[in-house]
Amino acid sequence: MTTLNVNGTERRYDGDPDMPLLWYLRDELGLTGTKFGCGVAACGACTIHLDGTAVRACQTPVSAADGLVLTTIEALSTDGNHPVQVAWRDLNVSQCGYCQSGQIMQAAALLKETPDPTDEDIDTAMSGNLCRCGTYPRIRAAIKQAAKGVRL
Amino acid sequence: MTEHVTDITGGVVNVSRRTVLAGLGASVFVLAVSLPTRLPAEEKKFGADGMPNGWRDDPAVFVSLAEDGTVTVTCHRSEMGQGVRTSIAMVVADELDADWARVRVAQAWADEERFGNQDTDGSRSLRHWFMPMRRAGAAARTMLAQAAAAQWGVAASEVRAENHSFTHVASGRTLGYGALAKAAAMLPVPDRDTVRLKEASAFRYIGKDTIGLIDNHDFTTGKAIYGIDARAEGMLYAVVARPPVYGGKVASYDAADALKVPGVVKVIAIEPPTIPSEFEPLGGVAVIARNTWAAIRGREALKVTWEDGPNAVYSSDTYRARLSEAASKPGKVVRNEGDVDRAMAGATKRISAEYYIPHLAQSPLEPPAALVRIVNGAAEAWACTQAPQVTRARLAKRLGLPVEKVKVNVTLLGGGFGRKSKPDFVVEAGLCSQAMDGAPVRVTWTREDDLHHGYYHTVSVERLEAGLDASGKPVAWLHRSAAPTIGSIFAPDPKHELPFELGMGFVNTPFAIPNIRAENPEATAHVRIGWYRAVSNIPHAFAIQSFVAELAHAAGRDPKDYLLELIGPARIIDPTTIGDVWNHGEDPALYPIDTGRLRRVVETAAEGIGWNRTLPKGSGLGIAGHYSFVSYIAVAAEVAVGDGGRLAIPRVDIAIDCGPMVNPDRVRSQMEGAVIMGAGLATSAEISFKNGRAEQNNFDTYELTRMDSAPREIHVHLLPSTDYTRPLGGVGEPGLPPVAPAIANAVFAATGKRIRQLPIRDQLST
Repeated sequence: MTTLNVNGTERRYDGDPDMPLLWYLRDELGLTGTKFGCGVAACGACTIHLDGTAVRACQTPVSAADGLVLTTIEALSTDGNHPVQVAWRDLNVSQCGYCQSGQIMQAAALLKETPDPTDEDIDTAMSGNLCRCGTYPRIRAAIKQAAKGVRL
Repeated sequence: MTEHVTDITGGVVNVSRRTVLAGLGASVFVLAVSLPTRLPAEEKKFGADGMPNGWRDDPAVFVSLAEDGTVTVTCHRSEMGQGVRTSIAMVVADELDADWARVRVAQAWADEERFGNQDTDGSRSLRHWFMPMRRAGAAARTMLAQAAAAQWGVAASEVRAENHSFTHVASGRTLGYGALAKAAAMLPVPDRDTVRLKEASAFRYIGKDTIGLIDNHDFTTGKAIYGIDARAEGMLYAVVARPPVYGGKVASYDAADALKVPGVVKVIAIEPPTIPSEFEPLGGVAVIARNTWAAIRGREALKVTWEDGPNAVYSSDTYRARLSEAASKPGKVVRNEGDVDRAMAGATKRISAEYYIPHLAQSPLEPPAALVRIVNGAAEAWACTQAPQVTRARLAKRLGLPVEKVKVNVTLLGGGFGRKSKPDFVVEAGLCSQAMDGAPVRVTWTREDDLHHGYYHTVSVERLEAGLDASGKPVAWLHRSAAPTIGSIFAPDPKHELPFELGMGFVNTPFAIPNIRAENPEATAHVRIGWYRAVSNIPHAFAIQSFVAELAHAAGRDPKDYLLELIGPARIIDPTTIGDVWNHGEDPALYPIDTGRLRRVVETAAEGIGWNRTLPKGSGLGIAGHYSFVSYIAVAAEVAVGDGGRLAIPRVDIAIDCGPMVNPDRVRSQMEGAVIMGAGLATSAEISFKNGRAEQNNFDTYELTRMDSAPREIHVHLLPSTDYTRPLGGVGEPGLPPVAPAIANAVFAATGKRIRQLPIRDQLST
């Protein structure tokens, strides 16, 4: 039996402890904002926060989250107005939008650790997150804009 | 224990149930006016007229207005990142004089009788639908104006629409749109020819940069629903083990261990298709389970013996040699002007080069995925499809249902790039549902499935030869393009490229050279070949634009000046006179090739990047210009090659002339994305085959551009065009082709190393 806190709700799970959190969130809880892109931690589409740290849900078994607090894109903010989300909308970062849950979760974790990131900080933090549409220039700009918002 | 079951049916249905303008007028207008005028069968049709099921402009089909004033625009084109849901709504809302804050978008289901053509490909959505959508919006505004005038007992000419309300100019009375919805719905839809469109100077949304993406909130909060997110009560999850070699099949399989995996419900065989397989599933064994993880584990536990068939001989290294051999000999002549052989013989200098461009996978970040259920002999699908109607037809045929008994709902697409034009994955879901007595089943492709069983971008060898005169100017040009055709998924071994492939920057290269010949040697496909964003323009542009730079070097000339000289003076060329009978499906009279426009984008990109500036050692600039999808694009790239051959791309300037624009910000974003996708195929992405099997498994070996390897600065130059009576060009695809040659040419300028094979990968390390 695994006990975890998902977006503020206590959950108990007694299925396959090896099941990656990705499928537990998507299939069992219906939290489809966390996306599947590769299954091998090579694209970042499934990025969530586990006790505040960005992790790849596709490579994190449910058992590894026992007793931990898990946050998905659906609960990054109560009203969708986390500075990163706001900056993403201001700059129309998204194209197809599919990778953006993971990008936003990764960017939010970056700004929590590094409130005023350099371009190199952004490269280091964000290069694990693929965007096939090619929104990287706007992601970089949005992170910088959100950083200003965070500092204000 | 499924929670939060969100059955995603019905958004559109619910909206129209609450609204009134979509009511009575609809049926009358559909019958009376909405079918485009039928042309005689022998007359060639162009543009939207030439697409299956043509176009519609019926306001009752595309616009609805609720009594609270909410306007809902129905978007019948698939949203895959090009922003079409926003842009279509902008066009309608502008002509309707609607307040953008009160505009919503509903996604159309597959029904081309109702909506007109829905194939979202070929960079056609706004090119074909700008005018019909304007007319739909303007017709709805006209009906509302008539309703307002009737209510006040004045002439319709005395009322003025402004931002969701009407004013009677003389009396100053106003009425909101919502209050007029019911009355307007009772009016007949005005005849198309009587509907007055806005002057472009009055546009509030079209051509402006003021509108954010209509799906922005959903995109940033995890609420956006893609095909892979579709859910229904009692849904099961499936993955499929497919033959590793195209044309292969299951010899035998043992499902005993798979069925022991907790959560696995059933294992079924999917019949192999006849080859060529068109859009049919590849066959194999499907594992159906209570969740995706169980299905994946079940598939791992399957024991399958495959019978590979003849394509097991396919290996990229030996195939490249075959293409190269084919390109070294004369092939089918597809364009011939002057006397190339004679001019070549008399040339001062002869130069030739061969280029290799490998297979690629579209790899949208959302892999193919679809949900299908069958209730009382009627199937319903939720799918991330670029081809809703084709999906519907294929599903009906394979399930043995009449097409009226199949509904295809179109979700958002997590990228498409051509992969999702093929509905094989939706048919798989249908077959799984059928095997489960109609229970809803969602099939998900893993990334390995996507890379191993794709509809790959073709592989090609392009051989070019030029004869230069004493001044270094080309007097003869011979180009052979050897590549398996997309036609090979529809016909057995057609050997030659189809007109639409030849017309993608091969035969229609608008160079001012007196003797030109283009040849297409034979090539046989051993995998499924399919559309990939910009399609055959990618290899053609890479080879031609690289070769131009090679010639410039041989002539001791500046590559940009030399390219402009080859393009020649500004002139209008009828594409049919240079061997292009296709012309992207457009009327050559309306869309001729305008070399002046091509010159201008080349000059703009060069000026943007600072073409004549001095760069440090190890850095260089390259340029390429290409015409495709009836738009003109040029790319100038700056590269820096560091220790060990490490390649960086500090800056790219891309200039586009696509005619008048609806949504400049989305044109800009498409150019940014094209530069990044182009950088990926230039530097790192390749799909190769060994023994008929794709060698790449996932994003660790199929390497796409990431944040740290992407061009750091991308400057997009939109050539202004405010004349909205001119035809629109394509946007989604044409940015891609000139990117790779511009980068390769910059590499040559930086290092003296000529790139003749993509991707560049480690070619600079020695």
